[in-house]
Amino acid sequence: MVSIQDLHKKFGKNEVLSGVNLEIGEGGIFAVLGPNGSGKTTLIKCLLGMVIPNKGTISVLGKNIKHGSNYRYQIDYLPQIANFPSNLKVKELITMIKDLRGNKTTVDEQLISLFKLEPFLDKKLGNLSGGTKQKVNLVLTFMFDSPLIILDEPTSGLDPISLIRLKNLIQAEKEKGKTILITSHIMSFVEEVSDEIVFLLEGKIYFKGSINELKTKTDQPDFEHAIASILTENHA
Amino acid sequence: MLKILKYSFYDLMRSRWSYVYFAFYLLLGIVLLFLNNDLSKAVITLMNVIIVLVPLIGTIFGVMYYYNSKEFTELLLAQPLKRSSIFLGQYLGVAISLSMSLILGLGIPFVFYGLFKSTAIWDFSLLLITGTFLTFIFTALAFNIALSNENRIKGFGYAILLWLFLAIIYDGLFLMTLIIFEDYPLDKVSLVGTMLNPIDLSRTLILLKLDISALLGYTGAVFKQFFGTNFGLMVSFVALVLWVVLPVSRMTFKSKKKDF
Repeated sequence: MVSIQDLHKKFGKNEVLSGVNLEIGEGGIFAVLGPNGSGKTTLIKCLLGMVIPNKGTISVLGKNIKHGSNYRYQIDYLPQIANFPSNLKVKELITMIKDLRGNKTTVDEQLISLFKLEPFLDKKLGNLSGGTKQKVNLVLTFMFDSPLIILDEPTSGLDPISLIRLKNLIQAEKEKGKTILITSHIMSFVEEVSDEIVFLLEGKIYFKGSINELKTKTDQPDFEHAIASILTENHA
Repeated sequence: MLKILKYSFYDLMRSRWSYVYFAFYLLLGIVLLFLNNDLSKAVITLMNVIIVLVPLIGTIFGVMYYYNSKEFTELLLAQPLKRSSIFLGQYLGVAISLSMSLILGLGIPFVFYGLFKSTAIWDFSLLLITGTFLTFIFTALAFNIALSNENRIKGFGYAILLWLFLAIIYDGLFLMTLIIFEDYPLDKVSLVGTMLNPIDLSRTLILLKLDISALLGYTGAVFKQFFGTNFGLMVSFVALVLWVVLPVSRMTFKSKKKDF
């Protein structure tokens, strides 16, 4: 599904990614973890073509992403901070994104009712609370039926009931055979949903495998401590 | 690109600023006509205002729009759209809506005053054409500055400096060069110097068209000889087009390499 070879990225003198190699197969939920500033978001933005890498190749579904922007039709992306143009109404934003991507979705109404967004449809995005914005963000992400879904901190600002709905949604998408890439700092959420984890540390992939493998590797009884032990060992 | 243009344009048409700008020109047109009571005189006064103000508004508005629509841009970047079409669409959205405010705001009062029956119609059209050129040029320059500066305060600062330089300081430097080197033949230098600044170029074009080149003194005669001919007019329009094309191509080039 996704293949990354020898990816390097520097911002000024700050080397964020230094030689990332990653293969992500088809189907399943992959969690990208790492301490703050380890390059999770940069990695994802490289994948989306928003950040231009200094070196390395990325291909999505067998196509090098340098060749055109059409590969993004295969990706649904949930940005980390839901920053929307504040003078647009929720309804207008949804119609606009549908229009820009070629208007071939029907599930937006189901998603709107799933997240109980009907009362906000005519409100301007600037007047919404953080959690409501995140729900709009989720609707925009899940309304297209793309084989690769990238979620950057999907849980931020959500209330418990929306969180449950989100988890169900993610499971439903997984059952359709999609590949889902998640970054999160909430370990319990990661442990619950993900099949495999990718641990980034100082711009490199430190570990890739299942949660059980991580527990054995670090010799810790639970996931949270396993992650913590990696971090203390490496003084991150 | 057309879709982005549509949304940017629609977004701007709903914003207060387009109306403020439109109302300002409407008022300016009415007041000038009322005070001058004569179409061709109003055109001259208008020229002085346009030459200075249109670049200023284009620059400020361009920078402001770029920084304000950052979120929108980031949203678009994750969609299957080409970077060049995102930025070109936004640029054209700003430039076209500003030009429309200018053309409609000034055009309406002049049309009601009887522009079509007047001989000043060509002068007036030239005024609007150069005004539109200046809008496209300075919006493109503003987008360039904003793309190269992450920090908005810096971006605004550079934009204002650019305007100040081209609208005021450049003339001073130009004049000083002419005075220092007055013993040498300066017609070529002054022609080139004029071409290198879109504001000067527009001013010269309009002044010559209005046939008051006597105001320009000796160089005026040289200019008239050059710009007055079809060749001169062509060259100056090519220069104006280049002033649009070069910043726009740098903008698309720069946007392809930028990280968001």
